[in-house]
Amino acid sequence: MPSLDDLKKRISSVKSTQKITKAMKMVAAAKLRRAQESAEKGRPFSDKMNNIILNLSSSIPDKENASKFLVGTGKDNTHLCVVITADRGLCGGFNTNICRKARNDFEEILKKGKTLKIFTVGSKGYDQLKRTYGKYIIEKLNFKGFKKITYKEADEVGKKIIKLFNENQFDVCNIYYNKFKNVITQIPQSQQIIPIEKPKKDEKKTENFYEFEPEESEILDDLLPRNISTQIFKAILENAASEQGSRMTAMDNATRNAGDLVDKLTITYNRSRQAAITKELIEIISGAESL
Amino acid sequence: MEENFKLEIISPEKIIFSGDAKMVVLPSYEGDMSILKNHISIITFLRPGIIKAQINNDFNEFFIQDGTVEYFNDTLIILSSSIISLKDLSKDFLENLSKETEDKLSQKDVTDQDRYILNHKLNVIKEIRI
Repeated sequence: MPSLDDLKKRISSVKSTQKITKAMKMVAAAKLRRAQESAEKGRPFSDKMNNIILNLSSSIPDKENASKFLVGTGKDNTHLCVVITADRGLCGGFNTNICRKARNDFEEILKKGKTLKIFTVGSKGYDQLKRTYGKYIIEKLNFKGFKKITYKEADEVGKKIIKLFNENQFDVCNIYYNKFKNVITQIPQSQQIIPIEKPKKDEKKTENFYEFEPEESEILDDLLPRNISTQIFKAILENAASEQGSRMTAMDNATRNAGDLVDKLTITYNRSRQAAITKELIEIISGAESL
Repeated sequence: MEENFKLEIISPEKIIFSGDAKMVVLPSYEGDMSILKNHISIITFLRPGIIKAQINNDFNEFFIQDGTVEYFNDTLIILSSSIISLKDLSKDFLENLSKETEDKLSQKDVTDQDRYILNHKLNVIKEIRI
């Protein structure tokens, strides 16, 4: 049985933890709004880009000589997995969910006897994966110290991937990130970016007749590398919104748990105080009786 | 007769402009191109240059370094990761950019295509400065 003093100390320490988690929740809520806005603002760009690529690739006549980014290298021996996570913890299962999803895929790739290469973006993903998959990690990057991640940073990641691809370092590239659905739900996702995922056959195949200047293949050569940066930027934006959402829910839960704990401790404290008083009274009374 | 068509200028971070335009002059990869209503559907990409958009008889000008353009169904979509309104351009920005471009040009392994783009960039920067 802890003494009254110990209980008092514990109550006050839980209370101050509660204050911290509450503050973190508020900060996350404020940041979430901004992150959500920028994720939404970023959507038109990648949507339109996808549209153009879709139109282009459906009208390209010579599929065999098309850009490697579109059709791939013809093999799938080496997989590059780009795992995009946050740089900070204390956001619930956010980082773990991405890593779990990625891990499952890693196992599958290794089971098939294929070569695995990992590129981690964000320090938390690196920390979680380095123990088991350390030897597969060929690149790591984090955005610590950046207040806001802009397109320039995403472009950097994209250029690195393109450089590796041009050096024939891998055949297939997947990215892992959390898609922001709403504050409570974030869905860990994997997306294949090289070669580009075959767009689902449209409900009604719209035959658009476009004029191309210069030729289709030249436009694709310019567009597809750009598309990689765009997809990564989209993933980073979705991730940023998800991170804040996930942190907000996690901190909300923590605050509530701390409240419950304070209530429980207070009851124990009051009970043991009452017990001490009763004990003293009994002692006095029985002392008086014996006189 | 209504002569306007829809113009959307989009960067990865936000929609920069969305509205009606009368005419847009684009620095397309193979030469300048002007777009009016009822243009044929076209997809092309841009070299560094200046986009001139005529919106309600005013000319809005944007400096771009790259981009992709799609015209379809009387909607012109310009996607560019580096687009700045000419009014917002600062001297420092131009200075840095021209220095950067010159550095890149002086490197040995520049392909002809890159050289073409970089030279254009330098020319445009010079043009703006005057």
